[in-house]
Amino acid sequence: MENENQLLDINHLHTGFRIKDDFYDAVDDVSISLEKNEILAIVGESGCGKSTLATTIMGLHDPNKTKVAGEVIYQDLNLVDLNEELYNKIRGNDIGMIFQDPLSALNPLMRIQDQIAESLIFHTKLSKEKRYERVLELLEQVGIPNPPRVAKQYPHELSGGMRQRVMIAIALSCKPPIIIADEPTTALDVTIQAQILDLLKELQEENGTGIILITHDLGVVAEMADRVAVMYAGQVVEEAEVGELFNNPKHPYTRSLLNSIPQMDSENDELHVIDGVVPSLVKLPRKGCRFAARIPWIAAEEHEENPVMHEVAPNHFVRCTCYKNFHFEEGGE
Amino acid sequence: MWKTVLRRVLFMIPQLFILSILIFALAKLMPGDPFTGLITPDTDPKTIEALREAAGLNDSILVQYGRWITNAFKGDFGVSYTHKIAVSSIIGQRAGNTVFLSLFTIIMTYVIALPVGLLAGRYQNSIFDKIVVIYNYISYAVPTFVLGLVILFLFGYQLQWFPTSGSVDVGVTSGTFAYFMNKLYHLILPGLTGAILGTATTIQYLRNEVIDAKQQDFVKTARSKGVPVSKVYSRHIFRNSMLPITSNIGMELVALISGSIFIETIFAYPGIGQLFIQSIGSRDYSVITALVMLFGVITLIGTLVSDILMSVVDPRIRLD
Ligand SMILES: Nc1ncnc2c1ncn2[C@@H]1O[C@H](COP(=O)(O)OP(=O)(O)OP(=O)(O)O)[C@@H](O)[C@H]1O
Ligand SMILES: [Mg+2]
Repeated sequence: MENENQLLDINHLHTGFRIKDDFYDAVDDVSISLEKNEILAIVGESGCGKSTLATTIMGLHDPNKTKVAGEVIYQDLNLVDLNEELYNKIRGNDIGMIFQDPLSALNPLMRIQDQIAESLIFHTKLSKEKRYERVLELLEQVGIPNPPRVAKQYPHELSGGMRQRVMIAIALSCKPPIIIADEPTTALDVTIQAQILDLLKELQEENGTGIILITHDLGVVAEMADRVAVMYAGQVVEEAEVGELFNNPKHPYTRSLLNSIPQMDSENDELHVIDGVVPSLVKLPRKGCRFAARIPWIAAEEHEENPVMHEVAPNHFVRCTCYKNFHFEEGGE
Repeated sequence: MWKTVLRRVLFMIPQLFILSILIFALAKLMPGDPFTGLITPDTDPKTIEALREAAGLNDSILVQYGRWITNAFKGDFGVSYTHKIAVSSIIGQRAGNTVFLSLFTIIMTYVIALPVGLLAGRYQNSIFDKIVVIYNYISYAVPTFVLGLVILFLFGYQLQWFPTSGSVDVGVTSGTFAYFMNKLYHLILPGLTGAILGTATTIQYLRNEVIDAKQQDFVKTARSKGVPVSKVYSRHIFRNSMLPITSNIGMELVALISGSIFIETIFAYPGIGQLFIQSIGSRDYSVITALVMLFGVITLIGTLVSDILMSVVDPRIRLD
């Protein structure tokens, strides 16, 4: 489906890591797309492949240790096949990235201004003075008080929130149409988290940026996202508009995730949450429903042999058929 | 920062004072004195006794220490019993040679180790890297004196490419360019030996730093800005990996100067290391004590220089 609002179109993407002599897919047949002006949230437990997906889009994997297949279409280019030189024109310029821990994501020995100006060096022809003017402008834009002072400082001299603002300034520096934010608030204090999210939302609305927001916090999703893709074990198991997903979750994993949000007014004390964790890459079953092992009380016939996405409502997709007759375990603790 | 430096310098005074007491006490505890060696069945004990009296060796320990430390403070470490000239001037002659050798060694070490270590780290597991790792293993296993002797034998005696002893040939006029080149010529073998031993450690260290830095998040940030990999190395990884080495240059020099003993002895290079060994052999206590004191001062200064450098190159470290 061609859509002129489409920024990024990911089809059947696989990212396999080499462990000993085999490749194991951490991203396993993911197909999603991102539109202009949209915040697409990607949620899932630790280890389900969210960061791997993000770094695959950025093309940051070492080809000797990873195998990437499938399509990441951006402006008629399949980024997966792009050579380094061309990819470098896209990174930072067309896709900006914000990482989880702003302290380790910034170079401790470089002044803030040089770290922000760095993308400008490689993507623009701005003179040195113009670059630093732009740095101050960006610092101002991300709400940093006293930009000329902060510009000369080093990362360790700033607070966590300020550092993350600097990271956002770096991502914004070339006004990319796409920003990938990998758990941008996880490492921050709760009060700061809200500020950073507000900033992201504000900037997104201002510039019409498409954002892929990776998180495992459904509160963040509810507040920020337009659309949500739920990932489990390298696959997208459910995808829908945010309202639809929260009101009408289908996949057992999504339902479990939603139930895990503490609710103040909940009358039902029973926590309908599924135990267990995402299995490690090597132990992951490569056939059938990936989630089957965590809901053993559901009969095998309920699962599809080769689970695919089913459109259960307009633009609402669920993987596998096991959601149909799913119920939480009777008498669970 | 300069306040801290000044404070550190002032703090060296009590440290050196304590060191001087220790050195003096140790020297006194050692058996024999410079005259012990002169005693033969034929010598008149009275002559020896007179010599001891004249040298002040019969005064009380406190008096002897007081005399030694006051003079030392003025730069006078007495007269060498064996060389019959002022200790300060013997050490002066030799110290220049040792500093020259150490600087030469350290420059050679870094000229070799920096590119090799950085590249081995960058191309980890490549054939080049594997050769480097093997080289490191071997040079760790070989003690200084073995390597020194092999080099001396091969390039000095067998091939006769380089001189086997001394720091300069006789008859070369001091101060000329030829003199400088001649000195450099004498430095090659001892310098090479020191450098080979130094490179292994430095290469290993740098290689690990690079491998470590490669995994850091800020490298991912740089790459996601669109910085080409080679620039990511030069702008981020190499700079950050060289940090510990840069700040350690002070200590490295200290280690070289105080470690000059083996190399100078093997290559009969007239520096303070060789002087130290000779003086121990001849129980020339005034020289020994002065040298140990000198090593102490150098160590203290080296540590301070390292700390200053560290705070200069790493913005996270403040010297206070
Ligand atoms: N470089 C790598 N080599 C091998 N395995 C890897 C590598 N990076 C990630 N993995 C594995 O891939 C899987 C997905 O990891 P990923 O970091 O993408 O998860 P995530 O969803 O981002 O988790 P988190 O919420 O903890 O950030 C995990 O099993 C992880 O152990
Ligand atoms: Mg992650």
